[in-house]
Amino acid sequence: MAERIYIFKRFERFWHWTQAALIITMLITGFEIHGSYHWLGFETAQETHTTAAWLLIGLWVFAIFWHFTTGEWKQYIPTTDKLVAMAKYYLTGIFSHAEHPFRQTQLRKHNPLQRLAYLFVKLMINPLIWISGLLYLYYPSWDAWGLSSLGLTLGIVAFFHLVAAFLMLIFFIVHVYFATTGHTPMAHIKAMITGYEEVE
Amino acid sequence: MFRSQPFERISTIMLIVGMMVFSQGALSATGDTSTADHGKFKELEVDFKTGPEVTKACLVCHTEASKQVHKTRHWTWNVVNDKTGQLLGKRNVINNFCISTQSNIASCSTCHVGYGWVDGTFDFTSEEHVDCLVCHDTTGTYDKKRVREGKSVNFKLLAQNVGKTSRATCGACHFKGGGGAAVKHGDLDPSMTTPDMFLDVHMDEDGLNFSCATCHTTDAHMVSGSRYQPRAEGVDRIVVPGMKDQSLTACQACHGPRPMHNEKLNDHTDRLACPTCHVPAFARGDFPTKMWWDWSTAGKLDAEGKPIHELDHEENEVYNSKKGHFRWGSDVKPEYVWFNGTVNYTLVGDKIDPTQVVEINRFEGSADDPKSRIWPVKVMRGKQPYDAKLLTMVPVHTTGKDGFWEQFDWNDAVAKGMAAVGLTYSGELGFAETRMMWPIAHMVAPVEKTVGCDECHVRQGGRLEGLGGMYVPGRDYWPWVDLLGWGIALLSLIGVLGHGAIRYVSHLRERNG
Repeated sequence: MAERIYIFKRFERFWHWTQAALIITMLITGFEIHGSYHWLGFETAQETHTTAAWLLIGLWVFAIFWHFTTGEWKQYIPTTDKLVAMAKYYLTGIFSHAEHPFRQTQLRKHNPLQRLAYLFVKLMINPLIWISGLLYLYYPSWDAWGLSSLGLTLGIVAFFHLVAAFLMLIFFIVHVYFATTGHTPMAHIKAMITGYEEVE
Repeated sequence: MFRSQPFERISTIMLIVGMMVFSQGALSATGDTSTADHGKFKELEVDFKTGPEVTKACLVCHTEASKQVHKTRHWTWNVVNDKTGQLLGKRNVINNFCISTQSNIASCSTCHVGYGWVDGTFDFTSEEHVDCLVCHDTTGTYDKKRVREGKSVNFKLLAQNVGKTSRATCGACHFKGGGGAAVKHGDLDPSMTTPDMFLDVHMDEDGLNFSCATCHTTDAHMVSGSRYQPRAEGVDRIVVPGMKDQSLTACQACHGPRPMHNEKLNDHTDRLACPTCHVPAFARGDFPTKMWWDWSTAGKLDAEGKPIHELDHEENEVYNSKKGHFRWGSDVKPEYVWFNGTVNYTLVGDKIDPTQVVEINRFEGSADDPKSRIWPVKVMRGKQPYDAKLLTMVPVHTTGKDGFWEQFDWNDAVAKGMAAVGLTYSGELGFAETRMMWPIAHMVAPVEKTVGCDECHVRQGGRLEGLGGMYVPGRDYWPWVDLLGWGIALLSLIGVLGHGAIRYVSHLRERNG
């Protein structure tokens, strides 16, 4: 008999979906700024990208505050417990409806692979995007900040911003797919909307 | 038969009178606010016979005027660039239009602010030989050519109507540099005498109606903003009374260093000169500008030994036996260079490499130099003679009965040209390809016509294509990062879709037993 447990709280869901929309916007506009294609035009792409960046930064400030005040940050502490089992499940078990090795609870929302993936996003991709993006945005102030004399160039900053963007794109593709790997393809996605996950 | 009714006649007269009254009012409203009416001066109630007589009368009151003019490059045609030490000015440089002034001075001095400079004997200390009228005429009737030819000129009328300089007076020479309308600069031509706002937002006759001197502020006849030693980076603050430098030739002097509403656009001002975006094209007026001048084909005559003229379908001269082949351009997109204000000239006597394109002048600057800005330039290209033994560009004697334009004899014309600068022609002539840059700063377009972001921030075909030293978002990329990034993203997509497909197939199999 399936049991419904409340996993994703209201702010968390708001954060997730707003962030999703902003990141999609920034990927689309960002790669246009990079010159990968022409759609909105450089000016619109740049303006949209910058506006979305500030909204996302604002959202992240709230999210970080939320993570620390609620203790939710502990959800991302990496663990080796059932790590191999999870990997095996995705490689074989999932095709034969084997039993899911991980059981979700409010205190352990994420399976060990998710923990690693999200930690990588939060500690590697996000800071790389934040720092390179803000430097990109404030490039005329580098002289005042003493950065130009350190040999920093726009090319270097653009390079790291671009690498971070590709990492984010790859994460996005894989993340969206794994969202369909619940007991039904829509199960996880529904949970992210309603907050309730059905567990056995 | 048509006859106008008395009422109609009266209303027509009233209309004309009204227009006269109105135009009088308009005249005073446009700023003729001088405290002196030169028409009322006894000194000018004279039937002057010559220009210098007029000048003498001017000097009765304006006692220092000629001494001031004597110090200007408008008078000396002699400029020392104190950054490079080069001796410049029209008397010394060569260009790739009519090439050189030295032996041709009797003709070139049509644009000198003096009377009677025809050869080396001209007295540069003579106060009465300063031509006040060429700059200060307000009637629009002063014709320096008539004065030079000794034809009758109503000097009294001219003298009684002197006033401030105007687009028309400055333009009499500067709109026709190179010997004809629009030939030389590209961003200055006679359509700027009465421009609309599409041609130049500041000079717009029905709008701001700036004269040249509104920006090229003048102190003691010294006009600011020479292109011999420009300030590529402009100024870093708005000019207010009390500041030492009151020149308004830099846009920032009025607009400030970050004048736009969009801060991202303002972020460009530390690297781009204002006209880079705000002058999207030159020769935007009624006249095409000369882009190519090939002297090497000059001198061909027809079967009867007469000079040839060829026009293209737009009536532009494309061949002239005196001068060679031309190419013209209208609405031309500038080229762009890093420029820090220093210009190096190839002067007569400087060694050249005729296998390369000879840079008649070179704009110095680079992305690494904080004083450099990206500037739009007109690049004038062509072929012109050089001394193939001495390996130097040569002055050419073109004008007068004994000049190339009458004799069509290169060796003779070059020998005379070189003699005029104290050099001896080796006798071996060659034609080298040359190029010369002219900074573009006029014909400022309305904001809707400014250069759009996509015109530079684009992978290929952008305005800044090939301009090195900096990273331009949207233009520059690392092919291997793109390949790797898109490659891994694609592999991830294939991977998850494959994973999903296997899930789906095994799900179907399980359900169907």
